Amino acid sequence: MYVAVKGGEKAIANAHRSLADRRRGDRDLAELSVAQIQQQLRLAIDRVMSEASLFDPELAALALKQASGDTIEAVFLLRAYRTTLPRLAVSEPLDTSAMRVERRISATYKDIPGGQILGPTYDYTHRLLDFMQLAEGEVATPARAEQALEHCPQILELLDAEGLIEQETDDGLEPGDITRDPPDYPLDRATRLQMLARGDEGYLLSLAYSTQRGYGRNHPFAGEIRLGQVEVEIFVEELGECVCIGEIPVSECQMINQFGGSREAAPQFTRGYGLAFGHNERKTMAMALVDRALRAEELGEPIGSPAQQAEFVLAHADSVEASGFVSHLKLPHYVDFQSELELLRRLRRAHAEGQKAAPDEEDSQ
Amino acid sequence: MTRSQRQRVLSLTPRERLEPRWSALGIARPHRCVRGPEIGMAMVRGRVGATGNAFNLGEMTLTRASVTLEDGALGHGWVRGRDLRHAELIALIDACAQQEDLRERIDGELIAPLADEIANRHAEASRTAAATRVDFFTMVRGE
Repeated sequence: MYVAVKGGEKAIANAHRSLADRRRGDRDLAELSVAQIQQQLRLAIDRVMSEASLFDPELAALALKQASGDTIEAVFLLRAYRTTLPRLAVSEPLDTSAMRVERRISATYKDIPGGQILGPTYDYTHRLLDFMQLAEGEVATPARAEQALEHCPQILELLDAEGLIEQETDDGLEPGDITRDPPDYPLDRATRLQMLARGDEGYLLSLAYSTQRGYGRNHPFAGEIRLGQVEVEIFVEELGECVCIGEIPVSECQMINQFGGSREAAPQFTRGYGLAFGHNERKTMAMALVDRALRAEELGEPIGSPAQQAEFVLAHADSVEASGFVSHLKLPHYVDFQSELELLRRLRRAHAEGQKAAPDEEDSQ
Repeated sequence: MTRSQRQRVLSLTPRERLEPRWSALGIARPHRCVRGPEIGMAMVRGRVGATGNAFNLGEMTLTRASVTLEDGALGHGWVRGRDLRHAELIALIDACAQQEDLRERIDGELIAPLADEIANRHAEASRTAAATRVDFFTMVRGE
């Protein structure tokens, strides 16, 4: 018999106080400010914004501080805040070819119009701990070239011109929005991309890796990766035109994949696409690989690997949902467990009685 | 200059830069907020493969304001983020720019120099990126 009880109020209040103490750490050290986090932990902030599906660097920095650096907790905090705001506008689709490029590389062509621009990257670092960071030192200002960048056209347009790669054209279809309508499988590519864009980076990275190891292989090349600032425009009824509300940094990955073709269509490279808020290169590469894997059915490929199964991939990509459901196991399940206990005891009694009865039955035959 | 051109310059200028420059003009008219300033979000869209169908990438914070001047001129402002004052300033400048006598000064003494500042900032960022551009050179094979 289980009787419902209340309690824990004081324990919870003290636990939160203890958490705040841990978060603050040694009082002899200066407290970390939100502005410092925003300036100096930029990649963590970009990840939080991308998975929370809300671009606001200051709030992402606050969330990270409040969560003691726990990315998934910070994503949860920002996602929760998001639900308190009204949606005032829907932007025009970003024009990433008009991006103010900070980084732009292609692994498919060496010489590209605009050039290979490395930008602020961890690539080519030696992954040796830099003990100078333990000491406080001046950091040099970045080098500046005499000339500004030339225009950097999208690399895939070069292949497009020859018809060697599938073209992505706009048929004007209004995209689904999973924040308004829960996903109803099968989903179109636009809706899948929305879910991948807010998906957990670690999860997408593992799935992307699985396709490279042979589970849904699609032979990718990084056609182009770019990072930079893009202006956001909304259509304003009062003015009857689009206006710019500011710019945001985004990362984009255009993957070129295994070609397909049919009796009617000449063979062409296929594509996978990744786009994310901020500096999120690894995420966009993983997203592009998984996007391509999820196109298996559309492209007539056999579906046999986890990364190709849309419902499996997408339904488990959201870290807020995943951590919520896993974490709920910590909540009291006292009644559930009591009923399981009683059932188990009954089964064991029945089992014991059956054993006692069984020899008799054999005797009587 | 169109309203959307002004709005672009004003939204790309940090409020800390805009506020003193606007005050320095000394032409602000009394105004009243008729909507907001209020914080909300814009759903940001991308395109599949950069050129294909639109998809919903995620939201961003957005602040909007609408103000009216004593003569009834209506101004609107929208800006990234959560700075109420920034949105209100943009709306006020938009409203003042409806007045023919103010428009010329706003465009010439506020918007144009701010547009130059933005262009300079962008050029500097572009030169920083350009310094990381790879110069390939071909190794000469020994005979």
